[in-house]
Parts: sequence; structure tokens; C-alpha cells
Amino acid sequence: MRNTLNKISFSAYETKGFHDEMIGENGVVRPHYQLFRERLIKMGWKKLKNLQHSTDRAQLSLGMTFNVYSDNEGVERILHLDIIPRIISGKDWDSLEKGLVQRIIALNLFIDDIYNDQKILKDKIVPKELVYSSATFLNQCVGLKPPEKVWCHITGSDIIRDNDGRFYVLEDNLRCPSGVSYMLENREILKRTFPELFEKLKVRTVYNYPHILRDMLESLTPKQEASIAVLTPGMYNSAYFEHAYLAQQLGAELVEGRDLVVKNDFVYMITTKGLKKIDVIYKRIDDDFIDPSVFRKDSYLGTPGLFNAYRKGNVVLANAPGTGVADDKAIYPYVPKIIKYYLGEEALLPNVNTYICAEDSDLKYVVENIHHLVVKQTDASGGYGMLIGPKSTKEEQKKFIRKIKSNPRNYIAQPMINLSRVPTLTDKGIEGRHVDLRPYALYGKEIKIVPGALTRVALKKGSIVVNSSQGGGSKDTWVLDN
Amino acid sequence: MLSRVAETIYWMNRYIERAENYARFMDVNFNLSLELSPDLEEQWKPLVVTSGDWDLYKSLNKKIDKSKAIHFLGFDIRNPNSMHNCIVNARENARAIRPEITREVWEQINYLYYFVKDGVKKKMWERVDPRNFFIEIKKGCQLLYGILDSTISKTEAWHFGKMGQMIERADKTSRVLDVKYHMLLPTPEAIGSPLDLVHWSALLKSVSAYDMYRKAYGKLTPPTITEFLIFDLNFPRSMRSCLVAAEQSLQAISFNETLSTNRAIKQLGILKSQLEYAEINDVFSTGLHEYLDDFQLKLNSVSQEIYNVYFSKENILNDNHFITN
Repeated sequence: MRNTLNKISFSAYETKGFHDEMIGENGVVRPHYQLFRERLIKMGWKKLKNLQHSTDRAQLSLGMTFNVYSDNEGVERILHLDIIPRIISGKDWDSLEKGLVQRIIALNLFIDDIYNDQKILKDKIVPKELVYSSATFLNQCVGLKPPEKVWCHITGSDIIRDNDGRFYVLEDNLRCPSGVSYMLENREILKRTFPELFEKLKVRTVYNYPHILRDMLESLTPKQEASIAVLTPGMYNSAYFEHAYLAQQLGAELVEGRDLVVKNDFVYMITTKGLKKIDVIYKRIDDDFIDPSVFRKDSYLGTPGLFNAYRKGNVVLANAPGTGVADDKAIYPYVPKIIKYYLGEEALLPNVNTYICAEDSDLKYVVENIHHLVVKQTDASGGYGMLIGPKSTKEEQKKFIRKIKSNPRNYIAQPMINLSRVPTLTDKGIEGRHVDLRPYALYGKEIKIVPGALTRVALKKGSIVVNSSQGGGSKDTWVLDN
Repeated sequence: MLSRVAETIYWMNRYIERAENYARFMDVNFNLSLELSPDLEEQWKPLVVTSGDWDLYKSLNKKIDKSKAIHFLGFDIRNPNSMHNCIVNARENARAIRPEITREVWEQINYLYYFVKDGVKKKMWERVDPRNFFIEIKKGCQLLYGILDSTISKTEAWHFGKMGQMIERADKTSRVLDVKYHMLLPTPEAIGSPLDLVHWSALLKSVSAYDMYRKAYGKLTPPTITEFLIFDLNFPRSMRSCLVAAEQSLQAISFNETLSTNRAIKQLGILKSQLEYAEINDVFSTGLHEYLDDFQLKLNSVSQEIYNVYFSKENILNDNHFITN
């Protein structure tokens, strides 16, 4: 690829060693990418660069920013949107969807069991020490029965594709999964960028996600004309853009903890006309922070009394507090067994092979093979607290081994996975970059998954860390009709 | 609506109005400086004084000149009221209440934000002629008013915004009028001189009132200009029309309330009546400067009462009034 020429060609496009989502073995373009590739070649380099440029500007003027933690000034950054879409065939999507539905049903049964009968612990399928030692297991939730026994209403699992082209679940995000606003806004922008392709390719629509979300939230309360609020930590939170966006799209009130007051175990908003009752809260604050009278006392984000109102059934919280116990990274390796236990089925979507440092034989293996493993802290996320063995120094590895040995429960390890690659616009032309996939599932009376997702892309050459806080960008995800 | 949100919208609109006024003041004053001899360093001081931040200015700057004054009023992040800070604050507020406003409103505020940030980067105050920059800010704010009026439903949120805007505008017109008090003429005989008239017409332009004033009165005389800016019922920036508009919005907000107990309505009503029943001679017998000072104080207490009635969490919780629907 050369910038100087206007011509786009894929003759030098590198695919060796990875599953490339556009070009298969022997350099053959996969069928679902064919039309798009033709369009690119016809368009030429200059036009493509121009489109990317106007996309950057559109993002800025929409204020699609996220705040970066640990930056003193709370710097706002744009999650870079690469205009080359990630395309998924209808067939691949349909099987992914089936696998996700199965997994989410099982995980909800698991959470409900853990906080009630604990059959799975008694049957010794999952070690009970692991559950009790999890920081996300909330004693306060024991004995609770949320409506329809659904705990996790909104899920955003991280899915990857390995060299074999199969989908794997890398992480279950069951607490406050973020990013869905980017799925929706990226689509709006790309519809302006490649209008004709949407029609020709029959890209499935994600447009109705907010409607489905609203219906789902309403279904959680018997009240007619439920009053719904999105609870945000506030505008300095990294996902604030999304909280505001969703509140607007839902026609819900965007509230902070300080806007709420609990009286007689009911939750009210403080308004210009007095106190107004709330029925359903779409909670975007970590469980620990929602109520300083029950959880963290130093939380300024929450509302005293909120948890008690929830416990009495006077307000619905989505997701329910306590779901984190099922997305603890130490529980993750047991998910296939969890599916088998509750549903009597084999997992349709495989896990990534995982070593549990709390188990002696696995610990030994991890210590001996750390240089080709990815080690993760079980209670961390966002790309923090991890070691990528093959890209680390001997010193870093030694330091990590010490940390693991001092608290094995806190670590798991996985082989380094060659995340699949998707063509991406770079300074040097179009090159493959590693991606993951985060679809969003909504669970009220039944599970609904809109055919789309946030595709995160590691923009740095060779990098496999796709997190926005670590230099990742995003792509629109096109699920084709067939 | 959420009381925090109401307050945020109220201030968002005040900040935008303030930014627009500052942009216009600087544009007009720059123009004026071209018509007067360049050694008049007193040219910029009155503007800073009437902004109410002269003490802060003195603590930050040793002397006053064109570029320093423009920097202070326009771009200094240490001046809480600088045009730059007003726009940044307006955007922060808009972000905090993002679901209340339309995408068009948000995009325009965002545009202004990046534009003023760019102005800081390019050090606009050092430019030979920064007028186009101020005009662009002014137009950007005016475009925003139009977008607010044409895309936001006229519900509580809009009225809180409008009320904020009108209170800010009334305050700014009263301050501009006060500039004349601080613009010293060389001798008492200079009253009515060409220099004096240059001042007065600049003052009218500072509140976009020159054309409409000319239509209404024709001849430039200090008493009629003063009368126009304080009492005119038709000109949208006169202090009186601003209060009339603010009162309309407050009435829309307080619809169905027991009015006798609402101190915000009472204070605003009293201040508006004062303008309705006063005459220009009353102003001059009190002294223009004193009259305007008093007006600004009373306007502040209106703002304070709006806070007490609608924004203060403590007061609302004490009232313990539950909405049923």
C-alpha cells in the first residue's frame, strides 16, 4: 500500500499467522467482505482518507468522548472510530447468538442459586471457597429474589476469534457493561459514510436497541407508566457520555445519587415541584457505591437507604446488585460446568482455556510457563492488572510470579490468543489490526440480542490490547442478513 | 424536573448570554479604540470595571492596555467570568444535562467550545485585529439561541433556561449603561461633544441597540438613550423587557402554585414594577450610577430567591411535598 498513489490494492496486505476476517486462506476474499472490498477499491485512497477525516470531526462535534481515569485534568478523549467496518456473516452471527443466550440463561440460574439454595456449591461443582472469597459476592443479597429470577438484565460479553476462526468467550461482563452507545452512534456515522452499502449488503439493524431496553426495564415492574431513571456516577465518569445518551434514548431521567432521597423505603427524585417516586433504576454505578449505609461508607455517589428500598421490592435495580459474583475471573473457568449443571447441555460457545492459580497444578504450570501466558488479576478489568507474557521482560515476569504466589486466588492465566484481525485504516495504508467483539444482550421476560456489537480494535501495530483506556479504537459491526 | 438539572440549565443559559455579551463588548470597544487616539489607555479600564472584576484584574496585571484587557475578559482562565470560561462552563453544564437538550443544541455548544479553545491556542489577544473572532463567537451564541428556541419543547426546562438568559441579559445591559459613568470626559463642557456622542453610540452598539434606537428616537441624546435601554418595552435587550420575559417564564414554571408564598415571584414582580412605574427623571435624580447599582443588587436577590425556591435541596426536602400522578 502506498499513500502517494490513489489506488487501493490488497496485494501487500499481510494475513500470515492470524485469522483475518476479510481474507481467508490462499488470499481468497471471504464472501461477506467481497462487495465491501470492491467498493473500497473503486473509491480510492484519497476519498477513503476524506471519509475518515469527516468521521473524526463528526465524533468530536457529537461530543462522543470518554474521560480517562488517573488523568488529573480528567482529559476527554474520543474513542477513535475506524471507518472500515467489521463484517460478520449472518450464519456466524446466528450461532454466536444461540451460544450467548444459553450462557446468559445459565449464568442467571447460577447467580440465583448462589444467593438462595446454593445447590451448585453443595454438589461441589464450583468450590464454595472461591465464591465466598470473591469480592463481588455480596452477603447482603443472600435470600433475595428479583422479579422473574433474572439478576443480570444487561450483559456485554467480550467475544474473540482465535486462529481457528471460532468464537470464544473471553469475559462475561455482568455488572455495568458499557459501550453500547458506541455501537449505536458508530452505526449512525457509518450510515452517512457508506449509505449505499447498507442497502446492498442487507446489514441488520441495531436501531431499536433503546426501545427493547425500555420495554425490558418496564417489564420488570407491574406498574403502568413506570418512572425510569438511569443512575450515573456523574459527568466525570469515563462512561458519562453513554449514560446521558441512553437516558435520552430511553426517555428516562438521568440521575445522580444526590438527586435521590429514600423516604419510608421508597425512592424519590428531588424535583422543582417536590419529590417524585422512581420505579426502575438502570444502575450504572458499581454495587459497592450505591448505598453508603449498606456498602462502602465513603461513597458519595450513592443514596442512603436505596438498598433497603430495593430489598423491600419498592424499586427495581437493573442489573441487580450481586451479579458480579458470576463474572469474577476465577469463576469464569467453571462456566462450561455451570451450563452443564443447570441446563444439561454442552456449552455452545467455548471458553478460552484457563489456568486457575488457586489450584496447585495450574499454579505450577503458570509459574513455569509465564513467558507465553497472559496473566489476569481476577478482580481487575479494563486491561489493568494484567501481564502479557510474550511481551514482558524477565523482570516483569518475576515480579508477577511473586504477586501470584502471595495471593493465588487473585490470578488466572490463559494462553496468548491471536485475536482475529480486520482491515484497518493506518498511516501506512490498510493493515490488519486485532479486534474483539462485544454484543449486548437484554434479559427481561426473554433474552433479546440486537444483531450488532461494539468491535474494539487495537490500533497499535501488533497490539492485542483493545481497551479504550489503553489506546484501543472501535469499529462499526455489520451483521449481514445471510 | 430534577432540581439539579433545572439549576444547571438556568446557569448554562446565563453563561452563554454572558459569553455573547463579552464578545460584543470587546468587538465594539475595539472598534471604538480605532476612532480615538491610541494613547487613551483609559479606553479599556471602564469595560473591566463594569464587568465587576476590576480587583481581580489588578491582582493579575500591573497595567492596562488593549491586549491585556482582551486577554482578561476574553481568554484568561483565572477570570471566572472570562468569555472562555463562560463557554467552558456552559458546555460542562450542557454535558451534565445532556438528555434535556437536543443534539443540535449540544453540537452548537460543542462547536463554540472548540472554537474558543482554538482562540486560546492561537493567542487571539495578541492579534492586530481579533474582531472577526469575537463576531464569530457572538454569532455562534445567537445561533444557539435560535436552536434552543426552535428545537426545545417549551416545558419547564426551556423556561428555566430562558429565565436565566433574561436575568443575565438585564444585568449586562445595566452594566453597559454604567460604563458611561466610568468613561471620563476631559472637561464638563465635553458633555454633548462629538467625543461624548462617539461614546454613546458605541454604548448602544455594545448591546446591539444602535439601529433600533435610531428608529425609535432618531437623535442621539444621553437621556433618551438611557430611557431606551432601561424602559423600552419593545426592545429585547432593555432591562424592562428582559424582566418581563423572565417573569413570563417564571409564571409558566410556577403554574398552579400558591403564588403568595413564592418569594421568587414576589421579588421579580417588585423589581419589574419599579421599572414599569418609574420615569427617566427619577433615574437622573437618584443618579444613573446609583440607580443601576441598586438595580443590580435587587436582581441578585431575585436570583437568590429562585435558588431558594427551586434549586436548594435543603428547602425542597424540608417542604416534604410529594408529587402524585
